[in-house]
Amino acid sequence: MYGLGILRGLGITLRHFVETYVEDIKAGFRHYGADEVFSMRQSPQAKGLFTVEYPEEKIAVPERFRYIPFLVVNDDDHPDAPGEPWCTSCGICAKVCPPQCIWIVRGSDPETGRPVPKPEAFTIDIDICMNCGYCAEYCPFDAIKMDHDYEIASYDRTTAHLYDYDKLAKPLSYWQRIAPTRAEAERLEREAKEAAKAARAKGKQQGLDIVR
Amino acid sequence: MTETLPEPVSRSVLSDPTRFLQEKFSDAVRLDEREGYSGLIVDSDRLVEVAQSLRDDLGFNMLAGASYVDYLEDDFFEMVYHVSSTHRVSPPMVFKAQTPRSEASLPSLVTVWPGADFQEREAWDLMGIRFDGHPDLRRIFMWEGFDGYPLRKDWREPYYEEEQKPFGSRWPDGHAGRAEDRAPYGMNVQYPGGFSLDEWEPEGEEALYERLDTPLAKEPGIHRIKTGELVVNLGPQHPSTHGVFRMVVTLNGETITRLKPVFGYLHRNHEKIGERNTYLQNMPYTDRLDYFNSMSNNLAYAITVEKMLGQEVSERAELIRVLMAELSRIQNHYAAIGFLLNDLGAFFTPVLYALKERELILDLFEASSGSRMMCNYMRFGGCAYDLPPHIGGPAIRPGDRDRVLDTMAFIEDLVYERLPRATDEIDRLLSENEVLVTRLKGVGVLPPERAIAHSITGPVLRASGVPYDLRRMDPYSIYNELDFKVVTRENGDAYDRYLIRLDEIRESLRILEQVIPRLHATEGEEFWPGKRAYNIRVPEGEHYGHAENPKGELGFYLVSDGSANPYRYHVRAPSFINLSALEEMCIGHTVADIVVVLGSIDIVLGEVDR
Repeated sequence: MYGLGILRGLGITLRHFVETYVEDIKAGFRHYGADEVFSMRQSPQAKGLFTVEYPEEKIAVPERFRYIPFLVVNDDDHPDAPGEPWCTSCGICAKVCPPQCIWIVRGSDPETGRPVPKPEAFTIDIDICMNCGYCAEYCPFDAIKMDHDYEIASYDRTTAHLYDYDKLAKPLSYWQRIAPTRAEAERLEREAKEAAKAARAKGKQQGLDIVR
Repeated sequence: MTETLPEPVSRSVLSDPTRFLQEKFSDAVRLDEREGYSGLIVDSDRLVEVAQSLRDDLGFNMLAGASYVDYLEDDFFEMVYHVSSTHRVSPPMVFKAQTPRSEASLPSLVTVWPGADFQEREAWDLMGIRFDGHPDLRRIFMWEGFDGYPLRKDWREPYYEEEQKPFGSRWPDGHAGRAEDRAPYGMNVQYPGGFSLDEWEPEGEEALYERLDTPLAKEPGIHRIKTGELVVNLGPQHPSTHGVFRMVVTLNGETITRLKPVFGYLHRNHEKIGERNTYLQNMPYTDRLDYFNSMSNNLAYAITVEKMLGQEVSERAELIRVLMAELSRIQNHYAAIGFLLNDLGAFFTPVLYALKERELILDLFEASSGSRMMCNYMRFGGCAYDLPPHIGGPAIRPGDRDRVLDTMAFIEDLVYERLPRATDEIDRLLSENEVLVTRLKGVGVLPPERAIAHSITGPVLRASGVPYDLRRMDPYSIYNELDFKVVTRENGDAYDRYLIRLDEIRESLRILEQVIPRLHATEGEEFWPGKRAYNIRVPEGEHYGHAENPKGELGFYLVSDGSANPYRYHVRAPSFINLSALEEMCIGHTVADIVVVLGSIDIVLGEVDR
C-alpha cells in the first residue's frame, strides 16, 4: 500500500516523542533535575529527548579537553616561591606550535646578562591558537597546560586576544582541580624522576668517594 | 596511434607493469633512479600514449591522484600520477612527467582519465603548469586576478615570515605582534603588475559562462538573452551546498543541460601551509580537511609518514586507530544520511536522530583526544593517549554536570546495542518512505565505468557496483586481519548511495565487534612506543600514502628533502575529486535533483577547497 513507509516512519517519530515522557515518569519527573538522571540521559542507554539545557546545565568536559593553554605557577601558599612560574623559557612549546602563536622572551639576569630559566614575557595570540595541545604535550616541565574554560567570548579582538603572562598564569591548584587524575599522575612521574636523579647524584658522589 | 593491433599481453607481463612499459616505450620511458624515489619518468610528448597503454593494456583504469612538485634547484616541474586498478590488489603505480619551469606545459590526460580534469586545473592554478588539450583550463581555487602561482617554491604569501617553521621570531626574543599590523587590510593582497581593481572586469565569470555555451547579453537589454536557456547560480551561499560552494547551471525549462561547479571560497592553501610546517605540525592541520572525520584524516597522514620513517606501530595503537577510524566512518555516514534528508526537505527530524548517535561517538572522541571534532589524536608510531578510563570529567563551572561512564562499557554499549539498533531504526524510518524513494531512485545515475573514469572513490563508487575499497585493495593498519565485506550496490543512483551508507555502517560495526575483544586483551599495553620527538626528520624520498576515508580515498603525497619540513605536501581530497562527476550525474534532471545528487555524494568543503 502506498504511504505505508511514511506511516511506519511516523510511528518511529511518535515513539521518540512518547519515550521522553516515559523516561520522565520513570525518573520520578526529575528528568531535568538529578545528576544521576543526567548521567543516564547522556549515555548509550539514553532514550527520548537528549538535549542539554545550556547554559543552565553543561556537560562537564573531560580531563583531556583542550582549549587555549595556560601557564602553571606555584600556589600562593607555596613555602618557598609563591606564584613562581614552572616555565623555564626553554622554547619547546614555541617551536612545536603549529600556527606559531606563542611568543617567549627568554629571561636574562639584569646584571650579568646570562639567560635565566624564567620567561621575561610570554604571550599567546588566542585568535591564532588552534587548540591542538602540542605545547602541553611536549613541555618537559609540565609548565603549560590546556585550559577547560571555553566561555571566553569578548567584544574586542585586537588587544583582548593577545594573552600576556599575567592572563596566562594560573596556579597549580587550578590544574589539579580541572584534571585531578592527570595532575596526580604527573606529580608521581616528576617525583620518580627527581628520585632517580638524586640516586644518580648520590651514586656519582659515592663513586667520587671511592676514587678519593 | 599505431595501426597494428596490440600484441596479446601475457600474465607475467601484467605482474610487472614497469618492465612492460619499458619494453613497449623503450625510448620514452625510464626508471626514476633518484634516491628514495620510485616509478617511471615518461617523456612529455609520449605521455598520453603511455597513459593509454597503462589504462588499456595494463588495466590501470583509475587515476587515483595527480600531484605536482616544483624542483626549484633543478629548474623543472614534475607531475606525479598515481594510477590504480579497480580489479587488482596492489599499491598504485607511479609515473611522472617533467617540464621546464620557464615554459611549463604538459599534455592533458583528460582524454584518458576524465578524473584528471579538476586535478589538472588545480596544478595550473597553484603551480602554473599549462595542460595542452585540457577542455576548460581555468583557475580553480584562486580568483583570476591572482598574482602568481602560490605553490611554486619562489612564491611568498603576504604574511610571509620565513620559509619554514618554527619561526625564529618566536623564541628566545619573542616580542608578540599581530600579523595584521604588519600587513594591514588593503595591503595584504598582491596584485599583478599594472593591475587596477577599479578598471578590472571579471573576465573569469564570462569565461565560466562561455563554457556553458550560453551567450550572455554583452549590453544590457533583455532581448539579447536567449530565452530558451537560462543560467542559474546556486550558491555560494545556499543551505543545500553544505558550505560555500557554487554551481552554475544552465537550464532548459527546468531541465539541467550544463553544470559547472565553482570552488575556492574556502581555499586557504593547505598545502603551502603544510610545506612551511614540520611533519608533526601538519597533524592538527589534517583535522581541518574533512572536519567530520579528523580521526580518519589523522590515520591517513600518520600511515604515510610512518611508511617514510619505516616506523612500526604497536598492536594496541593499531586497534585504537581502527576503533576511531571506524567510529568516525559510522558517524560520518549518519551525518551524511541526516543532511541528505535535510536537503530533501525532511527538515531536522532525521538529521537530529542521526546526530544523536553521532554525539555519543564524539563523546568518546572528546574523552580520548580532548576535542570532539579537531581530534589531533594520532602520532607517528602510535596515538597521543590511551583510551581514557571513563567518559566525562570533573564538574568545575556553575551548571556543570558530571557523568561517570566506564569507557569500555560505553564502547560496548554503543557497538553491540545502541548503534545497530539506531541503524535499523533509521533504516525503518527512511528506506521505505515513499517520498524519499521517489526523490532518490533513478536520480543521478552513475554507471560503474563512468565512476571509475572520473576517479570517484568511496561509497559513491561502491554504490555503482565497483568493489573498490583501499582497506582491501591496498591494506593498511590491521585491516587484513579483520573480517568484513566490501559492500556494493548495483544501480549507482542516489538511492543506492543512501543505502550503501547504511550497509557500510553495519560492516563497520562488524569490524568493531572484532576489535573490542582485542582491545580488552591489550589493555595496559604500549600505545605510543618509541621516542616522542617533536623534531622528526624524514629520510629523503617520496611516498604516496592513502587510506579509505568515509568519503573516499584520502591520499597524501609527500616529498622529503631530509629536513624537518616536507618539501612537498600534496593532499588528494576525495570530496574534491568526487565532484568531477557531478555534472554528468545532474544533466537531464531538474534543479531540485541537484540538491539530491550533491547530498548523496557527501562532500565537505574543508576538503574540497583545501
